Amino acid sequence: MAVVSTIRAIGNRVVSAVWRIGVASRFFFLTLIYSGNSFRRFHLIIKELFSTGVMSLIIIIVAGLFVGMVLGLQGYETLKRYGSESALGVMVALGLVRELGPVMAALLFASRAGSAMTAEIGLMKATEQISAMEMMAVNPIARIVAPRFWAGVISMPLLAALFSAVGIFGGYLVGVVQIGVDEGSFWSQMQAAVDFREDIMNGVIKSLVFGIVVTVIALFEGFDAPPTAEGVSGATTRTVVTSSLAILMLDFVMTAIMFRGA
Amino acid sequence: MKFPKGKLIAIMGLSGCGKTTLLRHIGGALKPTRGYVKMDGQVMHELDADGLYAMRRKMGMLFQFGALFTDMSVYDNVAFQMREHTDLPEDLIHSLVMMKLHAVGLRGAQNMMPSELSGGMARRVALARAVALDPMLMMYDEPFAGLDPISMTVIGDLIRRLNDALGATSIIVTHDIQESLKIVDYVYFMANGVIVAEGTPDELRASDKDFVHQFVHGEMDGPVPFHYPGVDYRQALNLRA
Amino acid sequence: MGRTTLDLWVGMFVVAGIAALVMLAMKVGNLGTYNVSESYQVHAYFSNIGGLKPKASIRSAGVLVGRVTSISLDTERYEANVVMSLDKRYQFPKDTFANILTSGLLGEQYIGLMPGGETEMLKNGDQLKQTQSAMVLEDLIGKFMYSKASETAK
Repeated sequence: MAVVSTIRAIGNRVVSAVWRIGVASRFFFLTLIYSGNSFRRFHLIIKELFSTGVMSLIIIIVAGLFVGMVLGLQGYETLKRYGSESALGVMVALGLVRELGPVMAALLFASRAGSAMTAEIGLMKATEQISAMEMMAVNPIARIVAPRFWAGVISMPLLAALFSAVGIFGGYLVGVVQIGVDEGSFWSQMQAAVDFREDIMNGVIKSLVFGIVVTVIALFEGFDAPPTAEGVSGATTRTVVTSSLAILMLDFVMTAIMFRGA
Repeated sequence: MKFPKGKLIAIMGLSGCGKTTLLRHIGGALKPTRGYVKMDGQVMHELDADGLYAMRRKMGMLFQFGALFTDMSVYDNVAFQMREHTDLPEDLIHSLVMMKLHAVGLRGAQNMMPSELSGGMARRVALARAVALDPMLMMYDEPFAGLDPISMTVIGDLIRRLNDALGATSIIVTHDIQESLKIVDYVYFMANGVIVAEGTPDELRASDKDFVHQFVHGEMDGPVPFHYPGVDYRQALNLRA
Repeated sequence: MGRTTLDLWVGMFVVAGIAALVMLAMKVGNLGTYNVSESYQVHAYFSNIGGLKPKASIRSAGVLVGRVTSISLDTERYEANVVMSLDKRYQFPKDTFANILTSGLLGEQYIGLMPGGETEMLKNGDQLKQTQSAMVLEDLIGKFMYSKASETAK
């Protein structure tokens, strides 16, 4: 009997998970349909850009600087064994532009801006603000969700680019200024090895995908949260966990597709 | 149940008897399993999304705790619907917002955020927001809940005056008997989802029906028992007779 | 609207993000050193290109003068057809010698150009006649072993 009920419980969980994915997809689709309004009134997006993008700036810059510095230090220690310290710039730049920039920025974005989005919308729901909006004949997906979605999609690549740029500067600080790797070879080898389309654009594409995934998860969890204190806090946690896992899994898939030939 | 134009009608009943559900049906947020809601000649649950939204523009609703948008100032809250639904120039919106805020006596609070307001003030701002587009039907969900006596009187008076000024129909869902009997034209009593009594305030005060009498005078025991149905008291305490 | 400071912040954010992208493209990537509009194309046949890849650098006297645009197999000659785009600023004689080289012992491969003595210069679409294929390490080792073996046989 216990086996049967366990199997039944597992089955129920799977079915409800698939169900949620379906609802989330429909939610995403609706968001895209109702996006027109937020572009006609762009200040709605600007307002959200402030709370998602600008407010994430400090954490992105500080984290990027330190990640770059660690990369410079570790990279130097490893490359020194093969006598190719001059390739330090290549290593730092490729690591940041291809992987760490988009992925780390997306992870930080999920925990900084994504969780805030979920909590905000969940609380709006709990205090009947969403119902109030519906009763005023204003579609909450068009008015609340869509501007936040586009703000996330716009700010994610910019944050990732900032992360990479600051990280490379951090690598430069440690590698060239502190350790004393030759400055010329640091930059010139980097330029020779990093390709604009192959590496930088692929990094931008990655961060765009992450931006879409993280904001959709965050907004959906907020919109779907039970309107109670536990409901909102549970949804906030789920946002961070689900979007972090989604970022890492998608990163693997995209890396396999993009860089397999190179 | 009928809500004639220009009247102020209260729906009363115990907690959980379906009052809020009724409002949601009127607003088209729920689809009835039986029966229908007809407004302005149209059946609500047969309208498509656009029709429903067009209908909702003619309605205003005051939520239980105001439901002000916490990320906007008082001014923006009141201006919200005007900006969403009309293309009015900003200076005209400004005058309209000032008129609405003046009507509820909160012109000076226009730049405050909802978190800075007291409960009674928030309710008044929500009221100003609900009448922003001069609706023909106003719905109030527990407008008196959780307010001090002075705020209660202020809100009740405002509801009455706004109703007369707009010429609108108003529906108040409440269980605050004394306050609402002072202002309304007609009362429906609900219990377990059906109407059990109706009449003007004076008729109800004089009513000798058990239920109405218990409700109006707030007696503890009557047709509505104090005890929730459960096992026998002695059994629950494990006493042996 | 009273949103001017907010607009300013968002503007700064967007400008900083775009500046970071441009900086990545110019300073870190190769967009700054490689300009398609001011280049001319030549091609050459190699019997073996080794590990040469598109976008590999083309150097003359160690200076970067262009990049490999495409590599394909010519099925008439069964040789690799390598198309190169060279910077307009650098003109080479018609009998320039193209050589596939390796930077360092195991580094990436590139094409080295050795100018000849002719007075006529290469034009867009010309072919480099004289080429030398990549040194393939396995072949080298094979040759070395073979010559050793024949030496000891004598």
